[in-house]
Amino acid sequence: MENRPLISVEGLARRFGDSNQPAVFENIWFGVDKGEFCCLIGHSGCGKTTILNVLAGLDSPSEGAVIVDNREIDGPSLDRAVIFQGHALLPWLTVMGNIAFAVSSRWPKWDRVRVQDHARRFIELVGLKGAENKRPSQLSGGMKQRVGIARALSIQPKMLLMDEPFSALDALTRGMLQDEVLRICADTNQTVFMITHDVDEAILLADKIVLMTNGPGARIAEIVVNTMPKNERHRNDLHKHPQYYAIRNHLVEFLVNRSRAFDAEIADGGYDPRRLKLVKPGLMSVKLAAVNPPAEVVTLTTGRRQ
Amino acid sequence: MTAFKNSLGLRAGLLSLLIFVAIVAIWQIATLPTAGTGPALDPEYAKLVGNAAATGTKSSMPTPADIGATIWKHVTDPFYIRGSNDKGIGIQLAYSLGRVLLGFGLAALVAVPLGFLIGMSPLVYRALDPFIQILKPVSPLAWMPLALYTIKDSAISSIFVIFICSIWPMLINTAFGVGSVRKEWLNVARTLEVGPFRTAFKVILPAAAPTIMTGMRISVGIAWLVIVAAEMLVGGTGIGYFVWNEWNNLSIANIVTAILLIGLVGLLLDQGLAYLAKLVTYPE
Ligand SMILES: Nc1ncnc2c1ncn2[C@@H]1O[C@H](COP(=O)(O)OP(=O)(O)OP(=O)(O)O)[C@@H](O)[C@H]1O
Ligand SMILES: [Mg+2]
Repeated sequence: MENRPLISVEGLARRFGDSNQPAVFENIWFGVDKGEFCCLIGHSGCGKTTILNVLAGLDSPSEGAVIVDNREIDGPSLDRAVIFQGHALLPWLTVMGNIAFAVSSRWPKWDRVRVQDHARRFIELVGLKGAENKRPSQLSGGMKQRVGIARALSIQPKMLLMDEPFSALDALTRGMLQDEVLRICADTNQTVFMITHDVDEAILLADKIVLMTNGPGARIAEIVVNTMPKNERHRNDLHKHPQYYAIRNHLVEFLVNRSRAFDAEIADGGYDPRRLKLVKPGLMSVKLAAVNPPAEVVTLTTGRRQ
Repeated sequence: MTAFKNSLGLRAGLLSLLIFVAIVAIWQIATLPTAGTGPALDPEYAKLVGNAAATGTKSSMPTPADIGATIWKHVTDPFYIRGSNDKGIGIQLAYSLGRVLLGFGLAALVAVPLGFLIGMSPLVYRALDPFIQILKPVSPLAWMPLALYTIKDSAISSIFVIFICSIWPMLINTAFGVGSVRKEWLNVARTLEVGPFRTAFKVILPAAAPTIMTGMRISVGIAWLVIVAAEMLVGGTGIGYFVWNEWNNLSIANIVTAILLIGLVGLLLDQGLAYLAKLVTYPE
């Protein structure tokens, strides 16, 4: 058996309605390694949430499968925590109640005190100490999103699935939460799959950026490796990093032009959805200054189902 | 802002008082004893309403003072029993209230679980919808003969009628509330691998509780309307029977007292459920 990444998406397609409807996306192959932070970027409506729902086990694909830990998933699991696009807190419960609900789902045998102690640790982790007894309606947007993050982390999942967790927030709050997520994920070596619209967010957070073309019939165009080392990515001087503009331009160019015209781009062949191009625009920019080499392209094997 | 609100409350209260005084005054004037002979009365009717009215010296309609005295009499001694046809108004109200609460409670026991089922399963919803649509508009009193015939007990029959009329609003509201629980809340439960029973009690029930309580509030209101009519039909005990009995005695003062008390008890039932509804309501 080949070595599979922790999450392996293999030949995924999803159609709504009857089978002669065009697929929202099809022939999707990619993987996320353990401890890796992977972002998915694409235009609104291309099917990002649908992919995440399949990964979460909330939706089933029309074709293909998702293999996690070498097993095909067939439903939701406590191993895969989801942070929803809308925070999805239960409004009749307090902050403590919302997190305790998750904790006692994870460990049904724990008594009340143990559940609350555990929940309190994660409330403090996201900086909400003192707000334990507030209802979601009494919280700001940023605080609600923190509760959602605390709830997902509190069940100590093997991986986090996040659907545009920060897109509804103002720039300042978003920045603070991004830093916190980065810190928490580095501390716990979390595996993360995150959807975003925001190019800068992807560069700041992701080790690997998956580019999705426009639907219907959306596909993964290529995978951009973020060659900026984790410890050199800081929100405030991201733009000063020598690789930043090359990566950013590559992503923006994709979103503005290539995501729309990708079919034409691959008309002359060379595109294999199972062996996606692994692009490193950051390194290109550094080398470009020296010799002007050809584009650095590495083939990625996502692994085949046995 | 508060000052304005206070003054609005104050002004409304004053206006209420004014309207009350006006009604009492008009009533008093209308029931003043008339001197001399009144219009000739139908002798049959005269026999029915008694001598005082027949001679025309005093209207058979009681004055506000008479009503006040009657109310006072009932309120100071609500629980006497002098024979099977002469029981205190408090006892009669308690009978009616007991029937309403029993019928309503039984209806809730059936309607809430069934409503859950209908709300969660489109199949059950479609299967039961025709029955609900046909039975819901039927006046509960139309069930009475059928109930009397099959149950052969008037007390249980009136409870059954209350049961039947309470069930629809609760059933429909529960089904609606359960069916419209936000998908994302259910998804939260699914990603946490919460079992169906825990999901039902910890997510769906609290989410639907405000809608269910609204249904209960409507149900108890209807039940309290229907019990008076039901007891008039079946007789024996209860505030409905009391009203009917006092009509036969032609004691208008007692009837007016009963009307006021029925209104008061209905108000308390409604406010009680409104309070409970407030406890389970959550702001989003
Ligand atoms: N339950 C459904 N039934 C039918 N069509 C659906 C359903 N859910 C999603 N779609 C369609 O699938 C497509 C992708 O939707 P999806 O929510 O995955 O987009 P997205 O990439 O997450 O968009 P956004 O960035 O705006 O969140 C859309 O065209 C949408 O209309
Ligand atoms: Mg989406």
